[in-house]
Amino acid sequence: MQRIPTLEPMVPAGAEPRMRLRFLALIERNFALIKRYIGWEVVFVFYNIVNALCIAFIGVTQGKGHVLYLVIGALIWGFLSLLFHELAEQVQWERWEGTIEYSFMAPMHRLTYLLGNCFYAVVYGVLRSALLLGVLVLFLGLSLKGANIAGALVVLVVSGLSFIGLGLIAAILPVLSTEKGAQASHIFQAVILLISGVYYEVDVLPAWIRSLSVASPATYTLRAIRAALLEGASFKELAPTILLLAGIGIVLIPVGFAVFSLAERWAKRTGKLKRSG
Amino acid sequence: MQPIISCRDVHKTFNGGILKRKKPVHALAGINFDVRSGECFGLIGPNGSGKSTLIRVLSTLLYPDQGQAHVCGFDVVRKPYRVRELISRVSVDAAFFKKLSAWENLRYSARLYGVPLRIARQRALDVLAELGFSARRFNDSMEDLSRGMQQKVAVARALINRPQVLLLDEPTTGLDPRSKREVEAYIQRLRNQTDLTIFLTTHDMYEAEHLCDRVAIIDKGRIVALDTPKMLKRILARKRGSDHVSLEDVFLELTHKEWVDAEGDDDGD
Ligand SMILES: Nc1ncnc2c1ncn2[C@@H]1O[C@H](COP(=O)(O)OP(=O)(O)O)[C@@H](O)[C@H]1O
Ligand SMILES: [Mg+2]
Repeated sequence: MQRIPTLEPMVPAGAEPRMRLRFLALIERNFALIKRYIGWEVVFVFYNIVNALCIAFIGVTQGKGHVLYLVIGALIWGFLSLLFHELAEQVQWERWEGTIEYSFMAPMHRLTYLLGNCFYAVVYGVLRSALLLGVLVLFLGLSLKGANIAGALVVLVVSGLSFIGLGLIAAILPVLSTEKGAQASHIFQAVILLISGVYYEVDVLPAWIRSLSVASPATYTLRAIRAALLEGASFKELAPTILLLAGIGIVLIPVGFAVFSLAERWAKRTGKLKRSG
Repeated sequence: MQPIISCRDVHKTFNGGILKRKKPVHALAGINFDVRSGECFGLIGPNGSGKSTLIRVLSTLLYPDQGQAHVCGFDVVRKPYRVRELISRVSVDAAFFKKLSAWENLRYSARLYGVPLRIARQRALDVLAELGFSARRFNDSMEDLSRGMQQKVAVARALINRPQVLLLDEPTTGLDPRSKREVEAYIQRLRNQTDLTIFLTTHDMYEAEHLCDRVAIIDKGRIVALDTPKMLKRILARKRGSDHVSLEDVFLELTHKEWVDAEGDDDGD
């Protein structure tokens, strides 16, 4: 009888060489998807760049000081919204393709799975933002004399944590419902854009909307990064905001994980992981 | 010997959404059975009888409302990670990233399971070769592969982690006759030449009869008979006083006769 080479008698569990850094699964898969949908990727990046340029040129019409103000808004919002959006998007993909059942029945801890998604979102967000920054500098010749660049970067990194937390919470939406999930996460993103003072000071907002802006970590991020880059605010001046953002992030990330596993459990009770369900 | 899969009084009801617009479906209504290590166990039943629901419970993708299911002694609800290390599944619809190639999809699975890529690649190529899948198509995107080829990739994916239990949910439904034969022949080989335990759902009587050591017939979420194909036929033959009884006769005798197709088969899965 011919033997089946792939299914030789089972080696005892643990005897097989195991792979390390398994969370790379998500990063590799996502970049493979980008490669396959390269046309769309080019469209999105192009649109994103043109959009940021248009906003920057509005700044030009308003006088020199406004350009950098708006560019900072476009860049920071671009980065934070990508973090947020990509996390939900990854789960959304798996829903559309029906692979979510296969990914969720693999013996990979959900934390590792989500961490892989977060890691990808950060890498992708940094690449996209760096590209955008390059183009903006090329077109507008921005100068950052006297700016506290290191301070701005620290603020950005710390605020990234809270957006990862928000992204994890948004990632439950596609678990709950394939179609409505994507819709809800776009609405959520739009509301944060409105209330956080991305392109204007939150003072211009009607009072009731302005009161919402305190709830958005992006509000503090933008205020602090503008202070660092436009007014050269020192680390000492930035410290309270950095601590606040770190606090929000440290709370939101575990909350995000917890909410996600609750959503997963709900889906397993109600049968919602199924493609059409 | 301890059964490799065991279900005790497993119930599952799907409610009609939050607004209760649809009426609840009692998909599993008290399932009891054991699967022995190394056997090929068949589950046959009409559309909507609860086969896929049961497979999902065993796959740790669905919590039973009541009762217990164990795989290799591990409770599927309490020890899902232990169970996941031991099982894999092929479903009727081969779910893949359609734009990615067969290998890119398999690579993703290999990483999820922690199987080193070099080993995973070799295993996949071996399985695919035995299934008659040309290695030249290995890097083609899934959407360019025929349904039969996609299903072969799904079989390769399910074997990449060397499971102890292979859950096959209508693996040949919708395949062309040649692919169907190739997949069946491979299941036959797995059954005869390995200690893999196979849990196969089907409504193909040929498969039930020729691939399975024992067959359970499920109807409306209940197991209505469980025995070797031979015994199932013999029991009905005795009852009818006739020698010419096929497994299909047994199936038709024991499963519901009214047409209740529509609701039961919303996505063919
Ligand atoms: N995730 C789900 N949500 C709601 N109803 C479901 C779900 N899965 C299955 N059902 C219902 O449960 C019953 C059994 O379905 P299923 O197990 O898929 O049957 P089979 O695989 O035997 O065709 C059907 O009535 C089906 O509509
Ligand atoms: Mg089914």
